[in-house]
Amino acid sequence: MSTFFSQTNMLLMSVWSCFFGQDEEDGTEMGEGDEWMQGKTLIKPLDQLDLTEAELKEEFTRILTANNPHAPQNIVRYSFKERSYKPISSVDQLAVHFVLEGNLLHQDSDEARRQRAKQGLPEGGEDAGDVEEGGGEERADSVESKAGKKEQKITNQFNFSERASQTLNNPLRERGCQTEPPPRANFSATANQWEIYDVYLEVLQKQEKNKEKAKAVPKKDDDKGRELKNVPLFPPQSDDITKVAKVAKIIERMVNQNTFDDIAQDFKYFEDASDEYREQEGTLLPLWKFQYDKAKRLSVTALCWNESYKDLFAVGLGSYDFTKQGRGMLVFYSLKNSTFPEYIYPTTSGILCLDIHKHLPYLVAVGFYDGCVAVYNLKEETLQPIYKSTAKSGKHTDPVWQVKWQKDDMDNNHNFFSVSSDGRVVSWTLVKNELVFTDIIKLSLAGAVSEGPEGVQLPIMGKTSCGTSFDFHKQIDYLFLVGTEEGKIHKCSKAYSSQFLETYNAHNMAVDAVKWNHFHTKVFISCSSDWTVKIWDHTIKTPMFTFDLNASVGDVAWSPYSSTVFAAVTTDGKVHTFDLSINKYEAICQQPVVAKKKTKLTHIEFNPVYPIIIVGDDRGYVTSLKLSPNLRKKPKEKKGQELPKGPEVEIAKMEKLLSLLREPENSNA
Amino acid sequence: MSAEVEETLKRIQTHKGVIGTIVVNAEGNTTLITSTKVDYAGLLHQLTMKARSTVRDLDPQNDLTFLRIRSKKHEIMVAPDKEYLLIVIQNPSE
Repeated sequence: MSTFFSQTNMLLMSVWSCFFGQDEEDGTEMGEGDEWMQGKTLIKPLDQLDLTEAELKEEFTRILTANNPHAPQNIVRYSFKERSYKPISSVDQLAVHFVLEGNLLHQDSDEARRQRAKQGLPEGGEDAGDVEEGGGEERADSVESKAGKKEQKITNQFNFSERASQTLNNPLRERGCQTEPPPRANFSATANQWEIYDVYLEVLQKQEKNKEKAKAVPKKDDDKGRELKNVPLFPPQSDDITKVAKVAKIIERMVNQNTFDDIAQDFKYFEDASDEYREQEGTLLPLWKFQYDKAKRLSVTALCWNESYKDLFAVGLGSYDFTKQGRGMLVFYSLKNSTFPEYIYPTTSGILCLDIHKHLPYLVAVGFYDGCVAVYNLKEETLQPIYKSTAKSGKHTDPVWQVKWQKDDMDNNHNFFSVSSDGRVVSWTLVKNELVFTDIIKLSLAGAVSEGPEGVQLPIMGKTSCGTSFDFHKQIDYLFLVGTEEGKIHKCSKAYSSQFLETYNAHNMAVDAVKWNHFHTKVFISCSSDWTVKIWDHTIKTPMFTFDLNASVGDVAWSPYSSTVFAAVTTDGKVHTFDLSINKYEAICQQPVVAKKKTKLTHIEFNPVYPIIIVGDDRGYVTSLKLSPNLRKKPKEKKGQELPKGPEVEIAKMEKLLSLLREPENSNA
Repeated sequence: MSAEVEETLKRIQTHKGVIGTIVVNAEGNTTLITSTKVDYAGLLHQLTMKARSTVRDLDPQNDLTFLRIRSKKHEIMVAPDKEYLLIVIQNPSE
């Protein structure tokens, strides 16, 4: 480098010397140059490089930078982040050439203050304006400093004052609003299976009602029969008490059951054990006694069990006494309640007979002493009969002694027959709103009466005889028997209105009852006030059996369970029970059933299902009695042999008896 | 109709052995108290509801007809209805 410089210098110098032609005046400058110039001859140092011309002309670039040549260029630091040594990108290039420490202090610094304090503040009076300002400032500073000393606040160099600002806080207010709470009610319910079922039923019923309403409008021609069968809807009950009606009835029955508990137990379970020791005889166990105080003076004139409701029976009350004719009553009792009747119908005239329809248990036909017949519907609320015969409509002129329901006729109308002392057997048909009557037969005195010109032999009662009882054959529809007051029994047919099929000279006095046997188609029984009970085969004119009971016989009835058992009641208060298969001549049971000997028994009926009989007397009482086992005997079962049960057995039994009787007759005949 | 019912209730009350008769409506209020014991109403009401619920749960088509409770001293008979409850207390052994 230096050689290069010197070379160029030399060149330049040579050039310069040409131009100026140097004087000795510029000797100093030239002097140097001179020295240089004089030495025109180059003095080459010995170690000077020898470069060629080209090499000499070569240009070398020289850069001038501010870098510190002494600064290290590759400082490496450990980087914890990368966990390795990393070269620092920038290196400090500061090179300090010269340091001289001065002794100037800033007047606000601590040291200055200390010194001033030492000097005792001589600067206080130098410059008024400055001093004031300075003083003010100082004071402020000093205050600050003092404050700072107190608080030890770290202040910066500049004047630091804290300033804070706060927005206005709005005062908080609470505001509330409350609405009226909605009305609440507690609701609880259970969801049981039956509650769900109830709801479904209700919906169903409503639907059906709607359907019916839709149907009822077009259809208006209802049969009376169908109407009767419809269950009447209960009218809306305003009174609270009426709603308790049903339960009151149940309770009454329960109370009665409690009171008469032993009777109920007897009825159901008691079987007289002593019957085993009595060979043939049986007994009647008294059960309930039915009485209605309003009926005390009336006598029981008719009894009838209800076929559908086996514990319900009807009692007709009236009077047999011709002189004491007054009112009557139709009363229904249930075995479940012996203290009070279920239904009560007062009537103007005494009832003499009644019959309950076999299939429609609410229809009751009644015959009165004044000759009327009436039909009651138990379902109706009224106490009046739904039909009543009047003088116009062919009522009897004499007391009606017997009524009996028949099968519905061709038009599906109900009809019943009645027999009366005026000698007519009349059929009544329920057609819509009225009773239509048809004379079936007129009873004339059988046996020609000589009508002599004198008229002596004229019959006592006129041409017609008085019918006092009748009965229809169980199987043969048109066949029926009529008993008369003269003591004759006529076998008649519905088809023949003037002639009898047969006449039997049965009794000497009026025939009180005549009844077909339930099983044997040929046998019937009759009883009369002439103290006798007679059993007949309708093909034979003379009776099969005759029993003398020592007192006027009021009524006789066959038992529904055996063809050979029957019972009769007499006016001396006794019930005579017979079983022909056991004893053909005597009663197997003769028992007084009423306390007072003067009471006359008037009627008797067997219950179709239970082994009890009801007996009515002339004081208005009805007594129920249970038949002991001996009275209900069925033929003994032989070991190993199955006994066929049913009506055939009964028929066979009877037939056997009859055949025994017939043979001697045949042999006699 | 109502006369009949009243008559029936009167007959029950005058029947032999009957000590008291109570008619309870659905809410449990009593009318026709002829016995001094009013507790019967509420207690028996609950019992009847339970009994009826049992019967109907076993067969929904069935329903409770009556309930008898026989105790040493007497017998309580309850007959429920849709709205009412008729309770009769009787001494059966008299």
